[in-house]
Amino acid sequence: MSSETHADPTAGDTEPILTVENLQTAFYTDRETIRAVDSISFDVKRGETVGIVGESGSGKSVTARSIMGLIDSPGRIMPGSSIKFQGQELTELSDAEYRSVRGSGIGMVFQDPQQSLNPVYTVGNQIRESLKINRGITGEEAVEEATDLLEAVGIPDAKRRLDEYPHQFSGGMRQRAVIAMMLACDPDFLICDEPTTALDVTIQAQILDLLKDLQEERNLSILFITHDMGVIADIADRVNVMYAGQIVEQAPVEELFANPKHPYTRALIDSIPGEHSRKEGLETIEGEVPTPNEPADHCRFAPRCPKAFDACENVPPQHVSVSDEHDHTAACLLYPEDLTESHRVEKHLSLANDDTEGDT
Amino acid sequence: MSKTTSRPQSAAQGDEVLVDVTDLKKFYGGEGFFAGPPVKAVNGVDFTIKRGETLGLVGESGCGKSTLGRTLLQLETPTEGSITFDGTDVTTLSGSDLKEWRRNAQMVFQDPESSLNDRMTVGEIIREPLDAHDWKTKQERRERVLDLLSAVGLRDEHYFRYPHQFSGGQRQRVGIARALALEPEFLVLDEPVSALDVSVQAKIISLLEDLQEEFNLTYLFIAHDLSVVRHICDRVAVMYLGKIMELGETEELFQDPSNPYTKSLISAIPRPDPTDTTRRITLPGTPPSPRDAPEGCPFATRCPAKIRPEEYTHLDEDVWDGIERFREVIRERSRMDLGVTGLARRGVGRFSRFDDLEEAVSDLFEGVDVPEEVRVHIEQAVEYAKKGYPSKAREYLYEEFSSVCDREKPKFYETSGTARYSYCHRHANEYEDVDPVISRRTSDE
Ligand code: SF4
Ligand code: SF4
Repeated sequence: MSSETHADPTAGDTEPILTVENLQTAFYTDRETIRAVDSISFDVKRGETVGIVGESGSGKSVTARSIMGLIDSPGRIMPGSSIKFQGQELTELSDAEYRSVRGSGIGMVFQDPQQSLNPVYTVGNQIRESLKINRGITGEEAVEEATDLLEAVGIPDAKRRLDEYPHQFSGGMRQRAVIAMMLACDPDFLICDEPTTALDVTIQAQILDLLKDLQEERNLSILFITHDMGVIADIADRVNVMYAGQIVEQAPVEELFANPKHPYTRALIDSIPGEHSRKEGLETIEGEVPTPNEPADHCRFAPRCPKAFDACENVPPQHVSVSDEHDHTAACLLYPEDLTESHRVEKHLSLANDDTEGDT
Repeated sequence: MSKTTSRPQSAAQGDEVLVDVTDLKKFYGGEGFFAGPPVKAVNGVDFTIKRGETLGLVGESGCGKSTLGRTLLQLETPTEGSITFDGTDVTTLSGSDLKEWRRNAQMVFQDPESSLNDRMTVGEIIREPLDAHDWKTKQERRERVLDLLSAVGLRDEHYFRYPHQFSGGQRQRVGIARALALEPEFLVLDEPVSALDVSVQAKIISLLEDLQEEFNLTYLFIAHDLSVVRHICDRVAVMYLGKIMELGETEELFQDPSNPYTKSLISAIPRPDPTDTTRRITLPGTPPSPRDAPEGCPFATRCPAKIRPEEYTHLDEDVWDGIERFREVIRERSRMDLGVTGLARRGVGRFSRFDDLEEAVSDLFEGVDVPEEVRVHIEQAVEYAKKGYPSKAREYLYEEFSSVCDREKPKFYETSGTARYSYCHRHANEYEDVDPVISRRTSDE
């Protein structure tokens, strides 16, 4: 399999392969509407790794599932949301069309590899099936290709392993097998949702290295979702920080760790244990992540924010640039820093209004 | 250079030792005529815990750390060895003595979800151990529970709530309050924050630190997350496959680990610093089964600093790595059940299940120039395996390529003046030390 087959000669390095705009995914229950993903926008360019980092309840996994077309009732992607993959609008696809995108363009690796592996078939069977459906490869050729794929993901003695069942694989091996299955579709784009969270740290290191190698060999674009700031620092080129359904900060990874701007990002970085030894104490964020069941007409971090002021309770912060050199934005009423408080609030209000007008 | 010892000593004299563990072993199965080899979950460990300190126990899944924690509290019966608590050997306790001792030594579990009974109110859950030990009067128990709630940062009105109404962090607070109910001196904390989000973790860790100070508690803190351990522990023991590989003061051990396994483990932690350029040591493969641990050093199948046999020291890294990986492939095949048909076919010389081995070999040595002196042995082993005798192949390779790391158990060497001990042959004078070997390996990759 050649890595060049999909390289579009007209697309420069900066051409996004995936563009998510104003994505809103809501879950309807009898009691309330949960705005699990509440109007987020970001993109992923060819060959790069974009991270989404957040705690549980931040909406990061729902974002992944929305892109994959895996949102079921009572969840719904709201009108006005847009997910463009290689120019194609995904939110308008039928289930069948979505399946074919999943089969050929986008692969997904979950935290729990069991979710993608069928326990009653051998690993080889499942990879061959995928090769047959997605690329029409069968017979001896499929066996060869499946062996190559397992070797490509670093499973030794690959040919024998093809005849084994998922339960005969260790956790790390299973995750490798899932990645091999995804590669069987020759995807351009991989969504990894906490793929290393259940693994031991030395195995996690193996998988992270593997993803980086595969990315280089195949010019893969990766959307990497995790709660772990260390993993994000290791693998991502650009990062989106999510909180209660919204992206609160976007920046290239080095810039984000060097100059975190949003109070939440700062708190998140300060609460990582171990980087500072015990004598220094550990910063903690009071309270817990709220369930986003109210419209976003305020800052959802306000109840926990050490910097909160009156306006935070009734003005929805918008993304504004917080750096002269980098593509770095934060959704917080403290910015742009050079304006007075009332001007900042005004600016955010008028940006918010522009947004809603644009929608009608 | 370094002093050797069969067991690590406790640090500075004069500190009072609360828990003293000697040559502790916990095996499962392996008894009876038809049983396979036993699972050696804990395979001879020695350490002490001083009063008021937090000893961390780290290692990856399956290394035996949780079994060790449970065995310490006599929730499992040790196969061998002794555990002395405040001067008493608790492995000999039974009946009411054991029950009495358990008041003093409690456990907090990882998963607050499943360790709390959902049909009981939070108040009842915390009160249960008091009831079980007939602690004082009913009224006093109630008051004790209210005190505990406030000690762990919960409120009076939480008494009548149910665990499912609580967040993960709050449930863990309940678990901690329950463990503290009988005023124990010693707590085994088994992955107490692993199921929690980072910002919640930080709060539970701070709580544990405050409680330790307030009640003069001694902790054994078991975790796979090294950054948490680094934050909370005074000393750390690093476990691999049932053995302690290294033991020492936390900060020192993290900054300058001695043992090849500790080095690998620490270098694998992704650091929240994207500008960090230190080379990661990525280990090959997975730990062996605790049923089939290496005879010598437990880390011998994956160690980046493994000592080679004299006659092969000149080989390129690639060739040597290929040999080690090939041995792993053969070991795995030797564990496979050939089945009746397999054995029958082998009997008539028509065994064919391993005919694909050559392919595995060519993948392992892809792009590597394998010298003749190595090739003949690989081919011989492939021959044996293909005929249906993978164990013979395994032994053949062992004879040819095994080194002191495969064959002999290391000793503990004191590698720093602050009572740090590392279990590795490389600390002996006749071998090159760990550091130069590892840095050579990580720089030419
Ligand atoms: S908008 Fe206000 S409450 Fe929200 S993060 Fe900024 S300062 Fe804090
Ligand atoms: S004894 Fe050998 S295998 Fe074990 S850690 Fe030391 S060098 Fe590595």
